[in-house]
Amino acid sequence: MDAENVAISANSRKLKKRASVVQAVHNSLTMAYRDLLKMRRTPEQFSDVTIQPILFPVMFTYIFGGAIAGNVHAYLPYIIPGMLAMSVVTTSQVTGTQLREDMDKGVFNRFRSLPIARIAPLAGALIADTLRYAIATFMTFLTGYVIGYRPGAGLGGVVAASLLTIVVAWAISWIFALIGVMARSSSSVQAIAFLVIFPLSFLSNAFVPVKTLPGWMQAFVKVNPISHLVSAARQLANYGTIGHDFWYCLLGAAVVVLIFAPLTVRAYMRRA
Amino acid sequence: MTDAQKNSGLAVETKDLIKVFGDNRAVDGVDLRVPVGSIYGVLGPNGAGKTTTINILSTLMSADGGTAKVFGHDVGREAHAVRQLIGLTGQNASVDETLTAGENLFIFGRLLGLSRSAARQRTTELLEEFNLVDVAKRPLGKFSGGMRRRLDLAASLIAQPPLIFLDEPTTGLDPRTRNQMWDTIRRLVKSGSTVLLTTQYLDEADQLADRIAVIDRGKVVAEGTTSELKASIGTATLQLSLADKVSVPAASQVIERVLGTKPTNPEQHMLAAPMADPEKITDLLDALRKADIHLQEVSVQKPTLDEVFLTLTGKPTRKETKQEGSV
Repeated sequence: MDAENVAISANSRKLKKRASVVQAVHNSLTMAYRDLLKMRRTPEQFSDVTIQPILFPVMFTYIFGGAIAGNVHAYLPYIIPGMLAMSVVTTSQVTGTQLREDMDKGVFNRFRSLPIARIAPLAGALIADTLRYAIATFMTFLTGYVIGYRPGAGLGGVVAASLLTIVVAWAISWIFALIGVMARSSSSVQAIAFLVIFPLSFLSNAFVPVKTLPGWMQAFVKVNPISHLVSAARQLANYGTIGHDFWYCLLGAAVVVLIFAPLTVRAYMRRA
Repeated sequence: MTDAQKNSGLAVETKDLIKVFGDNRAVDGVDLRVPVGSIYGVLGPNGAGKTTTINILSTLMSADGGTAKVFGHDVGREAHAVRQLIGLTGQNASVDETLTAGENLFIFGRLLGLSRSAARQRTTELLEEFNLVDVAKRPLGKFSGGMRRRLDLAASLIAQPPLIFLDEPTTGLDPRTRNQMWDTIRRLVKSGSTVLLTTQYLDEADQLADRIAVIDRGKVVAEGTTSELKASIGTATLQLSLADKVSVPAASQVIERVLGTKPTNPEQHMLAAPMADPEKITDLLDALRKADIHLQEVSVQKPTLDEVFLTLTGKPTRKETKQEGSV
């Protein structure tokens, strides 16, 4: 064996008791890099942030536009921010399914046997997934632009709405990460996520004006966090204004992270 | 590390190690003492507790009882320190299927704290060492079993750890690839690493290990150097079939003189003798020719793992499909 492969003896090593914060950041970034590489290798994983944000806005705009807003063009300022929230929140479940898949694979055993910060694979996934959200927001607005959407607040408003959506999706991904850590398989994560996301996205103000709904449903739609995100995104993109919905979103995101980050990390560390 | 621990000269030391899954005592009081610089074989059938033991020693699982130390560091309390001393090649390839061989090694190198350029350099070295340069850019999906194991082993060596765990390194490989793997493992020890390997094959333990622990139902049923163990379990049997039964007494004398044991005479022209040292077979054949004794057939019967277990435990190996507790 080459000279380079000579083992370094146990006594001559300086052993660290635990991973430092700097090492934890470093390890997490490496794991994020790994997740990005994997995404590039399996582009079909990207369909939820590439094809879906093209297909859904086009579909919904042309199907519902005439009925809901009188014509397609008038519907665009309403539906595109709605689609934005829906696409990005839908994609936030991927954090959970991917994490579960990763934890079930042999490579995860190697990570666990390496002297790295325990939190790195989880943190890396959460970092890498912000890129997915960025792609999803970009694709949604691009599709909107192509079919005639001209946001009233211009590029600045669009960027602000995108950032807000990414922050909220990132917060929500902690919930799915927890489900991912606890669930038995990635398909069960997907099933649970579908049950949560599907009603939340449709029982919101994303597609139709709330006043057209029956009273009992309005009550739910008004408290639905997705409605607040959609309203905040509309205000930012169409008028460039920051209303109380914006602050509700940030507050909600902070609360979700404060509750779920410790829960997820604890559940994860017990298994990692 | 205290001086006593440093001087103990043990890479692995377990005392009364216990791991229970439900009502299955997967590891049931295992004591192991692995000297630094040796290849230590843990031999046992499927479900004997080999993988569970490795999982505890490599900090993947916590023990339910007893102690386990790696170079004097407790695997539970000082897990992070232990992880800096070990390399693990698991039974299931612990590499990333969607990435290429090069990317896998690079990422593990980065995780282990190597700089970008150092990780790249180490990747190149290991790809060359393990004969993976040609396939370095291919996704692992197209890798053969042997290539995957080689990559897995390479990944365990990035940090040049002083202790390497190999969990059934050749299970499922064809004979040629198995031999290549054996060569690689032998070279590893020359580089100064201690190797703890598990295997289901007596042959493999015999080929590689300095010391062997035979493990069954979570317990160590025998331990010793390869030759000690062989002596205790009855060694290979040499069987000679003579061309002429008249020469049986003369042949018996020659065998007794050369091998030092009295042969048995199970059939008319057959002679059988236990053979501890296979090197002596040339001496014996030489002596028989000089005595003008002609042979019809020579065969050596090796004890099988089943025979070993039968001898050691009085029970045949469990024929069970139940796997060891997974992680």
